[in-house]
Amino acid sequence: MTKRPIDDVTGTETTGHEWDGIRELDTPMPRWWLITFYITIAWSIVYCVLYPAIPLLKTNTQGTLGYSSRGELDKSLQKAREAQTGLRDKIKSGTLASIMADPQLFSFAKAGGKAAFKVNCVQCHGSGAEGSVGNPNLNDDDWLWGGKLEDIHQTIKHGARYEQDDDTRLSDMPAFGKDELLDKNQIEQVADYVLSLSKGKADASSSGAQIFAEQCASCHGKTGTGDRSVGAPPLNDQIWLYGGDKKTVMESIHNSRKAVMPAWAHRLDAETIKQLAIYVHSLGGGEK
Amino acid sequence: MDPISTIAAAAAALLAIILALYSSAQAHDTVFAVHMMIFAIAGGLTLFYLVRNCSFKKAKADGPQMYDDSIVRYGVIATLFWGIIGFAVGVLIASQLAFPALNFDLPWTNFGRLRPLHTSAVIFAFGGNALIATSFYVVQRTCRTPLAFGGLAWFVFWGYQLFIVLAATGYVLGSTQAKEYAEPEWHVDLWLTVVWVAYLIVFFFTLLRRKEPHIYVANWFYLAFIVTVAMLHVVNGLAVPVSFFSSHSYAAFSGVQSALVQWWYGHNAVGFFLTAGFLGMMYYFVPKQANRPVYSYRLSIIHFWAVIFLYIWAGPHHLHYTALPDWAQTLGMVFSIMLWMPSWGGMINGLMTLSGAWDKLRTDPILRMMVASIAFYGMATFEGPLMSIKAVNSLSHYTDWTIGHVHSGALGWNALVSFGALYFLVPKLWGRKELYSLRLVNWHFWTAMMGIVIYASSMWVSGIMQGLMWREYNNEGFLVYSFAETVVRMHPFYVIRALGGLMFLIGGVIMVYNVWRTIRGEAKVDQPVSQVITVGA
Repeated sequence: MTKRPIDDVTGTETTGHEWDGIRELDTPMPRWWLITFYITIAWSIVYCVLYPAIPLLKTNTQGTLGYSSRGELDKSLQKAREAQTGLRDKIKSGTLASIMADPQLFSFAKAGGKAAFKVNCVQCHGSGAEGSVGNPNLNDDDWLWGGKLEDIHQTIKHGARYEQDDDTRLSDMPAFGKDELLDKNQIEQVADYVLSLSKGKADASSSGAQIFAEQCASCHGKTGTGDRSVGAPPLNDQIWLYGGDKKTVMESIHNSRKAVMPAWAHRLDAETIKQLAIYVHSLGGGEK
Repeated sequence: MDPISTIAAAAAALLAIILALYSSAQAHDTVFAVHMMIFAIAGGLTLFYLVRNCSFKKAKADGPQMYDDSIVRYGVIATLFWGIIGFAVGVLIASQLAFPALNFDLPWTNFGRLRPLHTSAVIFAFGGNALIATSFYVVQRTCRTPLAFGGLAWFVFWGYQLFIVLAATGYVLGSTQAKEYAEPEWHVDLWLTVVWVAYLIVFFFTLLRRKEPHIYVANWFYLAFIVTVAMLHVVNGLAVPVSFFSSHSYAAFSGVQSALVQWWYGHNAVGFFLTAGFLGMMYYFVPKQANRPVYSYRLSIIHFWAVIFLYIWAGPHHLHYTALPDWAQTLGMVFSIMLWMPSWGGMINGLMTLSGAWDKLRTDPILRMMVASIAFYGMATFEGPLMSIKAVNSLSHYTDWTIGHVHSGALGWNALVSFGALYFLVPKLWGRKELYSLRLVNWHFWTAMMGIVIYASSMWVSGIMQGLMWREYNNEGFLVYSFAETVVRMHPFYVIRALGGLMFLIGGVIMVYNVWRTIRGEAKVDQPVSQVITVGA
């Protein structure tokens, strides 16, 4: 073998190749590098023995530890459930009143309701339950369907205008403009009257007042106090679900509003719905 | 070009124009109509060029062999051009995440459309042009032969730019096949396939015509990059168009198969585009700039084959804890772990090539840039296997940690090594003695470096915080935070990240200025970069 050139700086042999002035040293592979590489390979082989790894014709090797990610999830879910078992069972069997009466159970239910609220409710009602256009604020005492614990529970369980649920909260204000019950002029007059109601300066002799008495008062009340039994919001306050400017009020009268809330009984278990009701009730506006 | 090739090319361009105009008229949707119109315009420009430059004089007999450097010059300009656009869009979308008003409530400028514009612009337009330009430069020098099929090489260059324009306009107009890093629809995919096969032909035949007995290691990596990307692109892009005149298509795979093919593609876009290709770059430009031999030939062989063999299996680690069967998750993870040392083989070979030349780091900011890029390469290829471990992944997955990881690799490794290569190339390609200003390179180095560190560390903090908040349970056994609450906490880090990106962009602008002045042939009289007084001088 011919002697290969030596690199002066390092004293290492080069391979004797040269490309565009670039030469290569023939340094051996660093020992630590090679050993670490072998260790990762050995570790990988061991891991493949312990865990599901090799695909076969119809199934795959299961590994000696009996691991599966589904099984691991089940285990951790079960562990979490077991940790809560006593309290969850009590919530399941108890009534809303009995839960409220037990401080430990009440605090547990509130915490569970808060967690469930963050997953299921914040999308419409906001992460602070502050509501948004068409989705009521849940921190105040202005309730469409009642603010007692049972009322809230009923609303969560069966939703609003949720067709698949026979017990859903159903209010059906006519679309006065779209269905040609009132003309544009009349809608404007009644909108003016509604706005004056909310400011406490209602003029009973106005033409809007007359239309209101004929068309609206049966649900919203003669003085706009609303009626929770039919989900008709009070109009004599400054709280608006869709906005309190004249254009928006006219739009509400013209089209009617038909927001939908799902019936959560179809998606969540009974314990969670109880916890949600208790949490929402505890936000500030809950009624006795 | 000889007359026959010219006539053939002109006929092909004419045919393409007619087909494109017809398709544009028949198009079922705006995107397709616009894209076919762009095709027609590109064909028209080609035809115009061919007619203008048509010559029936006999080509000169073989003179002294010259390298095709003109195409590399175009490649350098294109790299810088797309780089600035890609970085700028990155800064914009980072700012959109911090301040949503910057979406401007317009469909064309929302985050969902601009995000693929950013990723494609930096990976494929900036990185791709850097790879094509440097591979053309390197393969000629290390094979001592001009490019095989020089005309085809020009087709590769301009065809690739056309691909970029089609992809970018498609994103902004809302066209996507919803595969990450492979968003362009079937008609754009087909065009890229044609261009890429032409690239392979040019590169492969240049290697065949080499006048060196051996193939240099940089070319192994470049070839692996070109071949594998062709395979990945074709398989992941398999789709049936809704109509030949529509930009929509049905993907060949569905469900978990589709996810697996997508991440087989996606991970190896990282492995072969952003790793193998750029290692090719490193293996030429680092020894050249350091003027030292490559550290270890043996290491380069072993780590090359180990990287090539192992990388292709690692994709399933993107799908931990999903519907993907457990055995596939296991394999994705163990192959990623085994990949750690082979990846580091490249780092060792790059860094140790400086043995006997470490002092140059004080005075040569270009070499410093290259060394920093190798250091980031080492960090990213350690972090990758770490994040592929299922227990770690259960925390890091879907969080900003991933974004931090990607950017320490992309900004730190890919961009810095490209900058270094470009600084090396520009004076040589334009026949200048040296760069306009080495001090500006130094400025570029430090702004980019600060930008990367700010970017990556803010995302690490934000990502780990996000992951911990998602899984935080209280004493009563309930989840503590809602998704929106984690977003609120991430806001400051989003602002910091955008600033890091802005610094990186500023560094890029400094580079463009420096390169522009160099090309104009100006040289600034600088203080030397290092004021260190050498003992005994």
